[in-house]
Amino acid sequence: MCPWLTHDPLDVTALLAEVASEGCGATTVFLGTVRRSEDDGDVVGIEYSSYDAMAEAELDGVLAEARARWPGVRLAMRHRLGYVATGEVSVAIAVAAPHRNEAFDACRFVIDQTKERVPVWKKERLAVGTERWVGPHGG
Amino acid sequence: MRVKVLAFASYAEALGCGELEVELPAGATVADCVAEIRRGTGAGVPPAPLVAVNRRYARADRVLVEGDEVAFIPPVAGG
Repeated sequence: MCPWLTHDPLDVTALLAEVASEGCGATTVFLGTVRRSEDDGDVVGIEYSSYDAMAEAELDGVLAEARARWPGVRLAMRHRLGYVATGEVSVAIAVAAPHRNEAFDACRFVIDQTKERVPVWKKERLAVGTERWVGPHGG
Repeated sequence: MRVKVLAFASYAEALGCGELEVELPAGATVADCVAEIRRGTGAGVPPAPLVAVNRRYARADRVLVEGDEVAFIPPVAGG
């Protein structure tokens, strides 16, 4: 099994170590965090679930496409599953590249593709105690 | 033939389970499988859901074979 999905809190320092290379002059990090907003129904946390085997395979594909499109980039990512409280990191992506443009572009590609095609779902838990599924354009 | 149907997230809740076996005639497609599930479960899933066959997204006209894993994928919302 690939390591992209985990139930454990995410370790950004470890991700940075995975992509570190003397040949890379630029590193970008994207962190997605669970957001609390009273306008949004006062979310206190999100329960993440996935179609594990397919999600791992889709993430393999996303990362392979990024490597093909920006040769020389080094990529690492983790997506959390299970309950993630507001303020905690739910997804972390680190990209190292020789130059900054590739690092920014590849990082954006990976998060955008993840949200578009990787079979992961979120169920928001609200302060009032109810729960609701989040649609594709939420969060 | 028999195929394994997986449902996730809101679809699993709507169907009341995440996994079931379905009997289909030879040559049945993804669309036929969806129709069969909707017949058997009171339309717990939409008429044209996103579907994956053996862990890859598949079109509604994809022909199924014995033992396929057919997954009903609600709108994804990762990140």
